[in-house]
Amino acid sequence: MSVTPTAVQPLPRGGMARLVGRRAIDWLPAVVVFVAIIGLWELLIRALDVQEFLLPKPSAIATTFWDTRHELWSQGWFTFQEALWGFLLGSGFAILVALVLARWRPLGAAFMPYAIAANAIPIIAFAPITNVWFSPLDKSSKVSIVAVLCFFPVMVNTLRGLTSVNPRALELMESYAAGQLQIFRRVRVPTALPFIFTGLRVATVLAMIGAVVGEYFGGALNALGVQILQNARVARFREAWAGILMACLLGIALYLAIAAIERLTLRWAPSTSD
Amino acid sequence: MSVVAIKNVTKVFGETTALQGIDFVIQEGEFVSLIGPSGCGKSTLLRIIGDLIQPTSGTAMVNGKPARQARIDRDYGIVFQDAVLYDWRTVAKNIALPLELARWDRRRRAAKVNEMLGLVELGGFEDHYPWQLSGGMQQRVAIARALSFDPSLLLMDEPFGALDEMTRERLNMELLRIWEASGSTVVFVTHSIAEAVFLSTRVVVMSPRPGRISDVVTVDLTQPRTATTREEPRFFELVTAVREALHLGHDLEQAPA
Repeated sequence: MSVTPTAVQPLPRGGMARLVGRRAIDWLPAVVVFVAIIGLWELLIRALDVQEFLLPKPSAIATTFWDTRHELWSQGWFTFQEALWGFLLGSGFAILVALVLARWRPLGAAFMPYAIAANAIPIIAFAPITNVWFSPLDKSSKVSIVAVLCFFPVMVNTLRGLTSVNPRALELMESYAAGQLQIFRRVRVPTALPFIFTGLRVATVLAMIGAVVGEYFGGALNALGVQILQNARVARFREAWAGILMACLLGIALYLAIAAIERLTLRWAPSTSD
Repeated sequence: MSVVAIKNVTKVFGETTALQGIDFVIQEGEFVSLIGPSGCGKSTLLRIIGDLIQPTSGTAMVNGKPARQARIDRDYGIVFQDAVLYDWRTVAKNIALPLELARWDRRRRAAKVNEMLGLVELGGFEDHYPWQLSGGMQQRVAIARALSFDPSLLLMDEPFGALDEMTRERLNMELLRIWEASGSTVVFVTHSIAEAVFLSTRVVVMSPRPGRISDVVTVDLTQPRTATTREEPRFFELVTAVREALHLGHDLEQAPA
């Protein structure tokens, strides 16, 4: 019997290709859709003469964004730091808690219903409260709300991953007389990784939402959310939209960064793109 | 010395008696198949030998020591119906897993993995991930992993049950070659009468409710078995003997108590 290795599809090689996961040509349809939507938006506003307070032209938003890029970057960076620290704290703590709950299952059984329930409540509603607990001008009031927002999806996903191991895989480790710690390190954690990254990707989105919306309830003058709110109040809609665009770009950047780390970590998986 | 010695083993799960009064001994170098309909407890018996399940009463000894000690000493390797490869490990690293757990150093591991790749004819695939392999190739990796640390006993739970007939027959031949080369003892659970007769030196026929041994058929086909073994008249006689033993066990079950 002979089998040739060439019969099997090789892994994609190369740094960029691996990070992006597709070739440039595969992105073409998405780019076409993007250009079409922006073009249509611009055209409709010109054709129907839509008032700026309803929706500014994309070209106007882009111009304002470019003209105020330094201020926007400084405000965005301020807010991004809140989002990032909240994300790191909340997710890190969530993974630790999930490890503990997976190790001591009765504990997990006791806490899980509340974790799932907490996942369903609008935690962002607590933002005014954290603004009282900490000073609204202080980053820690937003960091804390972001951390709580990120905690639940990461914790629930991590715990699900740690406990959804194929029973045969555990029997196999038992047959090698492996200890609990070895089983954890070599089977449970690798099995959980794709689940953890799913949780982290959800958390990146929540992090930016939490930071910006938290600032709507009061924050430092140099915060993106505060600026968006004030500009909208005084009818500076282009500036408000430029701020929203900055928030979007930063949110996407955080998401893509996590997706890239996921790709590098889960190189073994048949497909981690979605 | 006997490799496996089962004495008066009974296993009860809740209300069901999965195994009752099982007694048998397997000598070194034997290839023993456990065959029987679903629910006859053959997989349970295999797990009791491997100390993955504890019997309700009776004893299981492996290599002259309690099954638990044999497991801790890594006296056996096990292969399941699905390969149970770890997706995040390459073929080489999957095979090396038990060696890592046994704290072999890197160089010794690499040499052994190479040897095992040769044994299961997967040279050139060491850096592939499991999803890149066919079902038959995955199962060969599982066999290489089970044998990597030179266990004296190989436990196999319907290892080829999920494969197509062609692949199954080819892997049967390979398994016999590996069995001869490694000199280990094999306990093989299967549903297939022809597979059991073709591979084994003895076939243990089991019947369900409660699971028990209804007959043992000694397979006296010449060694080594070849592709033409399946065409010998004696092969058909033995297949018939096992089939009749299975039906007899079935009739016993039907008979009023």
